[in-house]
Amino acid sequence: MDTQQQQSAIKGAKVLMVGAGGIGCELLKTLALSGFEDIHIIDMDTIEVSNLNRQFLFRRSHVGQSKAKVARDAVLRFRPHINIRSYHANVKNPEFDVDFFKQFDVVLNGLDNLDARRHVNRLCLAADVPLVESGTTGFLGQVTVHVKGKTECYECQTKPAPKTYPVCTITSTPTKFVHCIVWAKDLLFAKLFGDKNQENDLNVRSHNAASSSKEKEDVFERAEDEDIEQYGRKIYDHVFGSNIENALANEETWKNRRRPRPIYSKEVLPESLTQQNGSAQNCSVTGGDSVISAMPSLGLKNPQELWGLTQNSLVFIEALKLFFAKRKKEIGHLTFDKDDQLAVEFVTAAANIRAESFGIPLHSLFEAKGIAGNIVHAVATTNAIIAGLIVIEAIKVLKKDANKYRMTYCLEHPSRKMLLMPVEPFEPNPSCYVCSKTPLVLEINTQKSKLRDLVDRIVTAKLGMNLPLIMHGASLLYEVGDDLDDIMVANYNANLEKYLAELPSPIVNGSSLTVEDLQQELSCKINVKHREEFDEEKEPEGMVLSGWTQPPATNGESASTSNNENAVDVTESSSGSEIATKKRRLSETQPENHKKETQNVESDDDDFMEIENPMLVSKKKKRVE
Amino acid sequence: MDGEELTEQETALYDRQIRVWGAGAQRRLSKSHVLVSGIKGTVAEFCKNIVLAGVGSVTLLDNRLVTTEALNANFLIRPNGNAHIGKTVAEICCDSLKEFNPMVHVSVAKGDLSTLDIDFFNKFDVVVVGYSSRATKKAVNEKCRKLTKRVAFYTVDCRSSCGEIFVDLQDYKYAKKKLDETVECELTYTSFEEAVSVPWKLIPRRTAKLYFAMRVIELFEETEGRKPGDCSLSDLPGVLKLKKQLCEGNSVNENHIPDSLLERLVSDNTEFPPACAIIGGILGQEVIKAISGKGEPLKNFFYFDAEDGKGVIEDISKP
Ligand SMILES: [Zn+2]
Repeated sequence: MDTQQQQSAIKGAKVLMVGAGGIGCELLKTLALSGFEDIHIIDMDTIEVSNLNRQFLFRRSHVGQSKAKVARDAVLRFRPHINIRSYHANVKNPEFDVDFFKQFDVVLNGLDNLDARRHVNRLCLAADVPLVESGTTGFLGQVTVHVKGKTECYECQTKPAPKTYPVCTITSTPTKFVHCIVWAKDLLFAKLFGDKNQENDLNVRSHNAASSSKEKEDVFERAEDEDIEQYGRKIYDHVFGSNIENALANEETWKNRRRPRPIYSKEVLPESLTQQNGSAQNCSVTGGDSVISAMPSLGLKNPQELWGLTQNSLVFIEALKLFFAKRKKEIGHLTFDKDDQLAVEFVTAAANIRAESFGIPLHSLFEAKGIAGNIVHAVATTNAIIAGLIVIEAIKVLKKDANKYRMTYCLEHPSRKMLLMPVEPFEPNPSCYVCSKTPLVLEINTQKSKLRDLVDRIVTAKLGMNLPLIMHGASLLYEVGDDLDDIMVANYNANLEKYLAELPSPIVNGSSLTVEDLQQELSCKINVKHREEFDEEKEPEGMVLSGWTQPPATNGESASTSNNENAVDVTESSSGSEIATKKRRLSETQPENHKKETQNVESDDDDFMEIENPMLVSKKKKRVE
Repeated sequence: MDGEELTEQETALYDRQIRVWGAGAQRRLSKSHVLVSGIKGTVAEFCKNIVLAGVGSVTLLDNRLVTTEALNANFLIRPNGNAHIGKTVAEICCDSLKEFNPMVHVSVAKGDLSTLDIDFFNKFDVVVVGYSSRATKKAVNEKCRKLTKRVAFYTVDCRSSCGEIFVDLQDYKYAKKKLDETVECELTYTSFEEAVSVPWKLIPRRTAKLYFAMRVIELFEETEGRKPGDCSLSDLPGVLKLKKQLCEGNSVNENHIPDSLLERLVSDNTEFPPACAIIGGILGQEVIKAISGKGEPLKNFFYFDAEDGKGVIEDISKP
């Protein structure tokens, strides 16, 4: 393997790594050991305790520091003479533009989210730099090679959209624990501790809402001198008691459903709880930091233990008390964070009380935290294996060994004796809107949709653009950037509020739009088709974008949408959901001779090597549980 | 058996992996003791993986003094100029590994692997033999098998960009998830000696070529009195001659083992670091499976070749 040619290709290469996390640490180590001498690494994250079980370049003393920088320093200790440059920054920052990408011979991704992956894919295409992409979840992993014009780009196949739930499932008819978590996190927690001006559907299902909405609103306001425990009980009784009772009044809803049980605090909690907020015992020590937690004073230690209704109710009141007693300043600005112990305790307790009410099995804090935080299951070994495979592909790319490129799956259970299964990469999808110039088709009601709807729901959410620009013919309708003057900004803002058909250059049936992202150097055409009606259930966004792939599979279970207004977003485990999306048959892409060889080497009885997406397999399993 | 709970510190540190294999498996890991010998690149990767996973203890055995060659593919040794003089590879690696996870007890054992007595092995749940001669592998495997408790035995080798793992779990029971129920499964393993003595005629044609190639080189080194891995391109004629004899003796076609593969294996005895990461990763996963009793362990050989990128399991057991 150690040929002269290979060594000089490695030595002379300038490599960009995006991500210094689980895969990144392993990758940086393996690159350095393999003889790479010029490595640049970007990561915006800082080190956390839960990283230390696999991100082996980091120590407890590094918690809070830049991952990119600490990883660099750690690798230089065993390979002192190589050049590693670290950037503690977001890869989407404008400084990392096409020219920045052009200086590299290959880009290696060890990312954990779809958004950044798409962004890097576009920059690599624009800069014409090969990309090696990767992802892991538990024992499963995947490495793919994306070379412009030779293999498919990262976006040639649709990626599963983040999972979302219909709003009424969350607000009034939960059937699974995850629905209770979403309710507790995105509605209740946000209502109590987040931005008061945000729209919130917490009360949406009370039927006399119109008449008493003022009064309802007041429930969540705490008077300056109101006793915190009394306030907590009032919230408790409102959300778990009277709200449920109101909902029960609507008989229609419960015809074919199990009726929930209203729960009031006096049924589960003693008249008065002992006062204990403000005492030192509310602090537990994790990783050397003092953490505000409701658990110690309640005698709860094990996060994997299942709490009953009373314990959950106590945690609910105690956590709420602690927020007001110890973290008052943050109230009004908090968003849920999986690493915020008190927030996790509150959300776990609230979700469990709601689950009890709806007859859904309760979960431990450990499990609830995983669901609420979309925590990726991760082990060191898979990351190490995937990093090794990335370097092998990177070397092939540097040697321009195009016919040896492989996409490799790391499997948990052997398939045809293989734990590591290489397949030939796919060709570019000729109708990919990212790497080909195929126009998209947008069906929309041009008289009832505003330009803002188009920007939010299509350009940003669907096309993943960062700094978009929208043109209709020669007329510039909208643009984002730092270099715009006030008049232009005012103009664009005015346009956002206009209906499409009423814009200075009206967008109507048959109009053709050009949408560009200057940073990503991505430009695509959208042909507009006017349509009057949309199915509220199936097309809640009021518009349908199609053209670059097969229509999304209709999945009976989740009649989901990705509309922010009509559904609550749950971003699925980052890397997990992005691991290959479909079943593919090897034979489809194998050249004739290769196919024969496969048959000879393997058995003769079947021509196909069927590759099941590891993620699909694991999802199926989850559903069964 | 899982009486004790994990500490708060353990739960925080191991959070992401507990979500993969559960708290029970994590407790079993933390009570297990692993012996590792021959710390070159692939074994260094393996050690890192099990220390991060949180086994109870790791005992290192490698009496070689640190040389430039020992640095290859081994990130546990820092090129520290004179600081390594007089220190063994095991001692240096021990210091590095301790830093990875303060909750794991890492130590160094002295002695020659092939002559250590049987009681020594009784202290361990897992024994991993890296880069050893055929005779040593057999001897250690036999000692492990004689003990009343089950000691999981592994060998690992990496030459150029190819690797081999051998597994002997004797009689092994494990839990397997089938849809929503858990079924108990049982596997019976053969010893290293039995596995490498299976007549080639009985081994299916589609078996990884590396299995045969490794047996040829192993035997070549033994008959020539070489240290494991001590081959060069000048040995190729001798190796090819031995291959011919072995193929004839086993009544299989000579094409069974490509000359080009043997050439790669003898001409480059340095490890290819990406292959180390991959083979060390698979070995780590297997040891974690065996200790935790969760998941189907591989039986009984694993091969990786960076040339075709396949990672293949082969079952070569006594008929
Ligand atoms: Zn594409």
